[in-house]
Amino acid sequence: MADRNRRAFLKAGTLAGVLTVAGCAGSALRQPRGHVVVVGGGYGGATAAKYLRMWSARGVEVTLVERSPHFVSCPMSNLVIGGSRSMADITLGYDRLQSHWGVRIVHDEVLAIDAAARSVRLAGGGDLRYDRLVLSPGIDFMWQEIPGLDNAGAQATILHAWKAGAQTVALRRQLEAMPDGGVFVLSVPRAPYRCPPGPYERASLVADYCKRHKPRSKVIVLDANDEIVSKKGLFAKAWAELYPGIIEYRPQSELRDVDVTTRTAHLDFDKVRADVLNVIPPQRAADIAARSGLQLINQRWVEIDWLSMESSNTPAVHVLGDAIFPAPTMPKSGHVANQQAKLAAAAILRLLAGEQPDPAPVLMNTCYSFVDSRNAIHVASVFQYDRNTGVVQPVAGAGGVSSARSELEGRIAAGWAQNIWADMLF
Amino acid sequence: MKRLSALVALTLLTSSLFAQAADPERARNLAATCANCHGTDGRPVAGSGIDPLAGIEKRHSLQKLADFKSGQRPGTIMPQIAKGYTDEQLELIAAYFAAQK
Ligand SMILES: Cc1cc2nc3c(=O)[nH]c(=O)nc-3n(C[C@H](O)[C@H](O)[C@H](O)COP(=O)(O)OP(=O)(O)OC[C@H]3O[C@@H](n4cnc5c(N)ncnc54)[C@H](O)[C@@H]3O)c2cc1C
Ligand code: HEC
Repeated sequence: MADRNRRAFLKAGTLAGVLTVAGCAGSALRQPRGHVVVVGGGYGGATAAKYLRMWSARGVEVTLVERSPHFVSCPMSNLVIGGSRSMADITLGYDRLQSHWGVRIVHDEVLAIDAAARSVRLAGGGDLRYDRLVLSPGIDFMWQEIPGLDNAGAQATILHAWKAGAQTVALRRQLEAMPDGGVFVLSVPRAPYRCPPGPYERASLVADYCKRHKPRSKVIVLDANDEIVSKKGLFAKAWAELYPGIIEYRPQSELRDVDVTTRTAHLDFDKVRADVLNVIPPQRAADIAARSGLQLINQRWVEIDWLSMESSNTPAVHVLGDAIFPAPTMPKSGHVANQQAKLAAAAILRLLAGEQPDPAPVLMNTCYSFVDSRNAIHVASVFQYDRNTGVVQPVAGAGGVSSARSELEGRIAAGWAQNIWADMLF
Repeated sequence: MKRLSALVALTLLTSSLFAQAADPERARNLAATCANCHGTDGRPVAGSGIDPLAGIEKRHSLQKLADFKSGQRPGTIMPQIAKGYTDEQLELIAAYFAAQK
């Protein structure tokens, strides 16, 4: 599949090469022109909107459609649940994208894409025409995998807090209301899901809160995976040293169902009752990406071309962030979504100027996780485009994890958040 | 036969052109992979505690990057990151940041 696409792409590239040779004799540098619509103002979409304007010297028109009035960051939101940061700390506005960068912001929801007409339908009424479309809509949940949670009432009491916002506040309240000696149960889905180390960071910060305020409480991690998915050694060490008797980790404990009234997690051979039950459900590309005819892999994630982030079957639609089928070992992270946005922005500007995207893109990931309110750890990797596979591949010998948790990395993680937020929104 | 080899020649010519058609903004694109931490165009948020890269003389940042890469210069994360880039890429990046005044 990927191979066929690659060949088709190369053929198109060769054709474009001929046209370029024929068409550009003596022509000056071509300026990209046109209108790009960006759907989703999160880590991927906001970055793409800004960089398209910045790198085209404001020559390309950009409209950003985002349903939320504000940006609320998932990174750092576990610190809000743990109690060391406030919602105000992780909430930012879209004002500067509009006032400084000249991005047109539309607070609305995109209901459908008409790829043939190159337009999107807005819930508020009307269509937006585009020359190129960027989709960075994040994830939606596969509720049907947990029948007891497949209704709005259940979802209002058994929280995920895996999209930052009202659920973050509500989960914090449930934790605050939990009695000393209570049991906080966190269910982790099978990988791949958004932010591989995120669940373990959350377990750490809930345990940190319990240790200080409700020391007789327990945190039980029910992990569908065989082992801790990311930064295993560092999390295991932090839990053994900081939270003995508080965190209990159970691998191979996939959630099958939930009894909402008794807050009980049903596993294959076991049932676990909770005072606070926090379920991170299995995930897939968000609705607008999953239901618009874009080629999916495993019926969950959008297949893209790594030179441009363009959908493998729908021309002029570029997909970023958590919604795509990732490269080998590439996590679904805000850092990666930001990097993919720049790859896409550069490629789109080339395509709008009638040129080919750069044939050797590079991407990088870093995920910081806090293990208490001050100490953090990281995992990093660098990816270079590989012509043989047509995919960006992790560079052997590069990347890795922290040598140990430290307050220094806690400060760097906070600096990372400030700088990536500014890189997308300011 | 003649037509076929002409076609092959054309394909070879165009595909090699295609292979070389680097984005003239490649240095900009590569430098943008550093911006998540060091700020857009190497200008971090004041008080974020992360070093600026904008306007730093090329040979200075290049030396630091080479030392991160070889392991001579310690760091929490830069040694792991620097190893992911070729020397040629680091040159382009350092030159791009040096030109940001
Ligand atoms: C608890 C937690 C901690 C995390 N910590 C980190 C971390 O430390 N570092 C890190 O790099 N990553 C972290 N992540 C992962 C990170 O949040 C995601 O990978 C990132 O948000 C993905 O970016 P995105 O652009 O794909 O989606 P999002 O950032 O989720 O943005 C999608 C946006 O699209 C909008 N949208 C969706 N559909 C529509 C539509 N039809 N119309 C209009 N708008 C729409 C949504 O409202 C949303 O604002 C964490 C995640 C969680 C849950
Ligand atoms: C994940 C965050 C992160 C990313 C991404 C990142 N850096 Fe750094 N950089 C740091 C930190 C933190 C330091 C301090 C040294 C350390 O702890 O590794 C640093 C230090 C440096 C220094 C030394 C600065 C000085 O004045 O001593 C240079 C040069 C540098 N980085 C260049 C780069 C380049 C070039 C890139 C992109 C290829 C990059 N960095 C990407 C976090 C980052």
